Amino acid sequence: MSVLVYAEHDNAALNKVTLSVVAAAKEIGGDITVLVAGKGCGAVAEEAAKVDGVSKVLCADNDAYEHQLAENIGDLVAEVGADYSHILAAATTTGKNFAPRAAALLDVAQISEISDVIDADTFKRPIYAGNAIATVKCGDAKKVITVRGTSFDGVAAEGGSASVENIDVAKDAGISSFVGEELAKSDRPELTSAEIVISGGRGMGNGDNFEILYKLADKLGAGVGASRAAVDAGFVPNDMQVGQTGKIVAPNLYVAVGISGAIQHLAGMKDSKVIVAINKDEEAPIFQVADYGLVADLFEAVPELDGKL
Amino acid sequence: MKVLVPIKRVVDYNVKVRVKADNTGVDLANVKMAMNPFCEIAVEEAVRLKEKGVVTEIVAVSIGPKTAQEQLRTAMALGADRSILVETDEDVQPLGIAKALKAIVDEEKPELVILGKQAIDGDNNQTGQMLAALAGMPQGTFASEVNVADGKVKVTREIDGGLQTVELSLPAVVTTDLRLNEPRYASLPNIMKAKKKPLDTKTAADLGVDLTPRVTTEKVEAPAERQAGIIVGSVDELVEKLKNEAKVI
Repeated sequence: MSVLVYAEHDNAALNKVTLSVVAAAKEIGGDITVLVAGKGCGAVAEEAAKVDGVSKVLCADNDAYEHQLAENIGDLVAEVGADYSHILAAATTTGKNFAPRAAALLDVAQISEISDVIDADTFKRPIYAGNAIATVKCGDAKKVITVRGTSFDGVAAEGGSASVENIDVAKDAGISSFVGEELAKSDRPELTSAEIVISGGRGMGNGDNFEILYKLADKLGAGVGASRAAVDAGFVPNDMQVGQTGKIVAPNLYVAVGISGAIQHLAGMKDSKVIVAINKDEEAPIFQVADYGLVADLFEAVPELDGKL
Repeated sequence: MKVLVPIKRVVDYNVKVRVKADNTGVDLANVKMAMNPFCEIAVEEAVRLKEKGVVTEIVAVSIGPKTAQEQLRTAMALGADRSILVETDEDVQPLGIAKALKAIVDEEKPELVILGKQAIDGDNNQTGQMLAALAGMPQGTFASEVNVADGKVKVTREIDGGLQTVELSLPAVVTTDLRLNEPRYASLPNIMKAKKKPLDTKTAADLGVDLTPRVTTEKVEAPAERQAGIIVGSVDELVEKLKNEAKVI
């Protein structure tokens, strides 16, 4: 067995989610090779070479891979992946974009968002918005898999000493091009890797009121999220959304503020270690999953909490 | 231009599904079925493009059981001009569906294929990407904005860090995210009219594709239930519990 792990990065640094994908690869077994594709991504390849358990790093540095366009990455992964029994990527918007494409080119199934490895052919994955967990077995000779990062504890970022090999495979399908991007700029930790996440819901009332959450978050070094209701109401941008249709998070501490706890929100945070809910409605379903519930007006409770930490 | 809109019949999103006692799947007996919500957004986007004069014909297609005719009728009530059902009782999976759609694309030659980013039953999020690969088309996945102009389509995509815009040559595949649009409801006159619109039925054999599942489901379980904890009386008590009991701050 041999596993190819596709590295998630921004051409400058390796995204921590890759450490979780390597952890899943270790459970499958066999040699682990990491593929770093990007432009000017040499530093990422060096970083990947230090990751615990990695035996080799392939670096494909080319203009065509700068923005992770699925047409080009899909072709690259299908070609490089031909030599491996398993191809793993993170279940991020990047992984979800190219992995099915690579699988189709290889004429094999793709298994999405696995949360557990049973054996080299058998995996667990959530279906129906996490309301059921399926154990699935894939008979294809090659497995193309996306991995739910929060379900696997990442391996150590240091300790490995893999070799880095530059590969000169330029795949530019020439049918798509990058126009631009608007990335949320924030000094706060990224939601999916933050140790503490504080999220606001419809109860926040408006976008300005999120200030009290930002203030508390900065004190705790926390990331700030939101429920779909708060996003749909236009309080905050969609990239803050936690839930089935947003980001899946599993921090040590999740604080739900003014969030009722719709199923679709719970699907995105119920694997958090400790859940705190602050809501003035004592009937809110969020209290059924919270370890600590506080029935209170959030506009009084959050500043008070901020003051006492 | 012609647009193809593949749709899927799934459990209505309001239904709370239950795992069967024998762990073979979820209980779908007597459960309300509907068009997958992301597919409704795809139909709506196609209809809006037609209203803008960009699109001239909308063809809805579904790969599934005979009953999926209901969802195709809904698509036609919303504005699709005609539809195709590839009828099968197989447990259809993304690769098989993508192959069937590729065969339909070869016949229909649409310039744009718009479909939902994922179905809310299997949560796979694969079919659009697989179809794009098989058809050699570019893809604009998780779209929150679609603009067709000068033989290209510009798609703004919802990505983890924010938004990304890509430009694709046509023909192309677009998969819809939630915020692309808000689907309309079908009016009664349009529901009546939809009954007279053409609905072709084909089989996988007609298309020369193999829908045999590649992945088998060994077991389906309910997720681990989280137990409700305690209600604290004050912020002070909460701080004390977080510090000394949970030890998370």
